Amino acid sequence: MFQRIRANWYHRDTSGYLFVLPALLVIVCLVAYPFCMAIYLSLTDSLVGAAGSFIGVENYIDLLHNETFRQTIKNSLIYTFFAVVLKIVLGIGLALLLNQTIRYRKLFRGAILLPWIIPNTLSTLGWLWMFDPLFSVFNWVLKHAGLIQTNVSWLSNPYWAMFSIIMVNVWRGLPFFAITMLAGLVSIPRELYKAAYTDGAGPVRCFLYITLPLLKPLILIVVLFSTIFTISDFNIVYILTRGGPFNMTHLLSTLSFQVGLSGGRLGQGAAISLFMFPVLCLVVYFQLKTIRGGSGVD
Amino acid sequence: MIKSIRDGTRRRKLGVYSGLLMYVVFALFPIYHMFLTSIKKDNALYNLTLNPLLVSLGALTAEHYKLLFSDTMFSTWLINSLIVSLASTAISILISILAAYALTRLNFRGVEAFGIVIFITYLVPYSLLFLPLTRVVAWLNLADTLWSLIVTYPTFLVPFSTWLLMGYMKTIPMEIEKSAMIDGCNRLQILLRIIVPVAIPGIVCATLFSFSLAWNDLLYSLVFISPTEKKTLTVGILTELIRGDIYFWGSLMGGALVGALPVVLFYVFFMDYYVSGMTAGAIK
Repeated sequence: MFQRIRANWYHRDTSGYLFVLPALLVIVCLVAYPFCMAIYLSLTDSLVGAAGSFIGVENYIDLLHNETFRQTIKNSLIYTFFAVVLKIVLGIGLALLLNQTIRYRKLFRGAILLPWIIPNTLSTLGWLWMFDPLFSVFNWVLKHAGLIQTNVSWLSNPYWAMFSIIMVNVWRGLPFFAITMLAGLVSIPRELYKAAYTDGAGPVRCFLYITLPLLKPLILIVVLFSTIFTISDFNIVYILTRGGPFNMTHLLSTLSFQVGLSGGRLGQGAAISLFMFPVLCLVVYFQLKTIRGGSGVD
Repeated sequence: MIKSIRDGTRRRKLGVYSGLLMYVVFALFPIYHMFLTSIKKDNALYNLTLNPLLVSLGALTAEHYKLLFSDTMFSTWLINSLIVSLASTAISILISILAAYALTRLNFRGVEAFGIVIFITYLVPYSLLFLPLTRVVAWLNLADTLWSLIVTYPTFLVPFSTWLLMGYMKTIPMEIEKSAMIDGCNRLQILLRIIVPVAIPGIVCATLFSFSLAWNDLLYSLVFISPTEKKTLTVGILTELIRGDIYFWGSLMGGALVGALPVVLFYVFFMDYYVSGMTAGAIK
């Protein structure tokens, strides 16, 4: 009997490792190894196609004194903060609407999800056209509604450019927030609202004292997810502004692309992209904490 | 009394529907405008006195779509994207099924640590590693080939779909596996004959998401591939239909819409899988 259990355990062990091996190979060769190489490259003055020599943390010191890089850090924080806040606020709003008893719910849900389904590399091209300096459809509508006299330069004015890339990010990410929040809303027991209603609570107090506290763990998880994916965004900025005007919309990924590939300074490019790493660590730490805390969102 | 309640619910309904309608307009307008642009003659497109929200019958044209297929390598890019996305998805799903099964249902040392590693790599932004990956691709002698993408896409597809599948496999009861074990099946047989058939919805879901992620890639194919005939759809449209300051807007929009079509078709047929997958990815 004892023998059989031990045999069974042994069997389990080996097959488990075998099953995991291919995934482990991918992670070690294509994630862990490149990651270590990124760190090594960032400590050298490597150029594309040429090995460099070790220069310590010089790249990092250079970057911290570099005006463009500092601006990029500011941009990344502004972009991420406003995009995530807008997505969560509008997402909860949209989820509340979808959670009402409505006709054609599936149709509404289907339509609202589309921006998230369509590859954003392709849909952002549509936005590029809608932000065109001369033929922007937004300018046409705003002019004919009498709201503006002269064209808004959506992508060539620094502030409007930041506004525009945030708007496209929100357009694309909102459905994800809405659907996850809706899943959270559906799981809140109706009885809670009934009890609160008989106690004389209105919809606003129901929302503040029942809905929000019960959604909180889910909101936290979604916000963390979105933070890491928003701050590392590449597609929207690359297509719409390439970081311009005056580097006012550069994010870490687009700047590291410009410096590391177009500029050929591989070492410095790697150092720029590694500034995403602290954000990643924070997000991983809080995610694991929330998941392990058994916050009731299983 | 009753009348006022009815008025209240009516007003409430009006509020709900008009709110939803505003969201729908926001969501769909860009797509509508792209479509309109792709079927409008150039002289109407670039005429500031005409209403850009509409198209007159006389200004309808298919020339932008014709240009795509006759004057550019659009169909080649489409095929390249299909090859790359299907191959990398197939490889990644296979790897992920094996890993997710072991991580949720087998008992071996390090199983929990490996689960966390999968989760962390899932969160690693894919724009973090493209520079060192250029070196890896060069060493493997894969630069400027479709293989460079088939090999590198699993870096973000495997962690993602493994994590998603782990969520599904956790929900399958252990008992069905035990009965198969008594019948003398080994682990691989159990996986193929018992677990995979039950986990089909999860596998469909992971496949759909992986395909979309691969299809949407811009950065890796921009970095690893430069010859026109090897480009994927996203890069092809972006680099060949915008030449310096000249934008072929009609064809750009047409190409973007045709390019989005495979993903949208999948979505129409499998909408419920998408919805369940979206929530599973974040919640489970």
